[in-house]
Amino acid sequence: MFYLDLFFQYTGQYLKTKFQYRANFFLSFVSDLMAQAVNLIFILLVFNHTSFIEGWNRDEIVFIYGFFLVPFALFVSFFNIWDFNDRYIVKGEFDRILTRPIHSLFQVVLEKMELESLLGAITGFIIMVYAGSNLGLSLTWYDPILFILMALGGMLVYAGIFIILASIGFWSDARTSIMPLMYNIGNYGRYPINIYHPIIRFVLTWVLPFAFVGVYPAAYFLRRSEWYLYSFFTPVMGLIVFIVAVCIWNIGVKKYRGAGN
Amino acid sequence: MGKYLEIIRIRFLMMLAYRTNYYTGIVIYTINIGAYFFLWKAIYGSQGSIQGVTVTQMTTYVAIAWMARAFYFNNLDREIAEEIREGKVAIELIRPYNYLLTKVMQGLGEGIFRFFFFSIPGFIIVAFIFQLKVSFNLTTWGLFLLASIFSFAINTQLNILTGLMAFFLHDNMGFIQAKRVIIDLFSGLTIPITFFPIWAQDVMKYLPFQGISYIPSMIFAEGIKGDSLLNALLFQVVWVILLCIPITVIWYKAKKQLVVQGG
Repeated sequence: MFYLDLFFQYTGQYLKTKFQYRANFFLSFVSDLMAQAVNLIFILLVFNHTSFIEGWNRDEIVFIYGFFLVPFALFVSFFNIWDFNDRYIVKGEFDRILTRPIHSLFQVVLEKMELESLLGAITGFIIMVYAGSNLGLSLTWYDPILFILMALGGMLVYAGIFIILASIGFWSDARTSIMPLMYNIGNYGRYPINIYHPIIRFVLTWVLPFAFVGVYPAAYFLRRSEWYLYSFFTPVMGLIVFIVAVCIWNIGVKKYRGAGN
Repeated sequence: MGKYLEIIRIRFLMMLAYRTNYYTGIVIYTINIGAYFFLWKAIYGSQGSIQGVTVTQMTTYVAIAWMARAFYFNNLDREIAEEIREGKVAIELIRPYNYLLTKVMQGLGEGIFRFFFFSIPGFIIVAFIFQLKVSFNLTTWGLFLLASIFSFAINTQLNILTGLMAFFLHDNMGFIQAKRVIIDLFSGLTIPITFFPIWAQDVMKYLPFQGISYIPSMIFAEGIKGDSLLNALLFQVVWVILLCIPITVIWYKAKKQLVVQGG
């Protein structure tokens, strides 16, 4: 409960600071929306010239992209700790974190929230509804529950991978550019996995499981039964990656010696 | 002229000092090219050519478009905006050189560095991994280089324009971000211009964006030939000249109303 209370306190403060600079807040919405629109336009343009990509039609690919946006927005809002090394380790800010009475990772998450990115989830939802109605998808009563579980699973996959990368900072405070690398690899999950080379497929499923963010869970709602096993594995995969990440983080915190003054 | 060459040289050496960053950069670009490579292969499926572009031309196009981006891409918009916001531009203005020209030269220094240490090795790696069919035609390469220089000019001019907006808007970061996204789509980096619907292509004839990525990359993939090649190069030159006008106007207006606080 204490954690939840803190979360709402921080959210309140966050919104206050953001509403102080409304123009900026608004502009970041617009530029997010534009980036999403550009990706969508790309898909639509491509399907002007072909009707299937490896057996997936336009609306299905659009649906996968819409689904991808939901866990991705959740991840960006809460776990976007790409500058952790610079902001906390190099500047010695992590010492301050350690004096706080809550788990260090939770404290970092609270400080790094970017709630405006949640808008991406709404965009994703709209895209899914649009594509879904074109496809005539039907929903059962338990689908919304599965949707939440799979979206959370996808978020945990992303969160876990980025927490592991951030934890590298505990061992070496040298600048790395692995973070942007990971963002780009993450984009592979937006498209059907069967278009890739088998090696890449394997990596996206078992090594850097980004396929669990977009194509695998979306396949369930598209009723592609050949992928169901992977779809249902999404929440489990999310939990596994996240737990491993938290363990690595905890080991890293023990190793941490402080770099600031 | 000598001092500007010196600026190019210094920027080049500066980049050289931090070259390790570039090896991960090559990997990032390879990953991006890879994503589009597989996507385009799947899109073509059994179709031999779409809009007159064959699948081999398309994969070459994607690879060269990203590698050429390393040459024309720069952060001048951000740099200029920051220097304006922090008031550093006041000092730059009293220095014995033209501020904007200096910025262009710094961008060029970066671009030349990336061309040799990023684009060339990167392209060789990518061509090897994805087994691209690259034609060894010296005229094609020469024309591609020429078109790339114009593409650098157009992109840099657009960067300067967005950067200078900081004189009038207090925070133009959102603007800069939006411009970047627009350029990636409308320059033809992710998808060739010919894939757009006809009405959109007609609109884009009157916009400078395709001069940035589509024209040089298509020249390299040998998708533009003969008369249309000449027209394409002419299109670039016209835009390079046209874009000088708003830059000069804004620059003179901005200098007149410049207020630097503190410093």
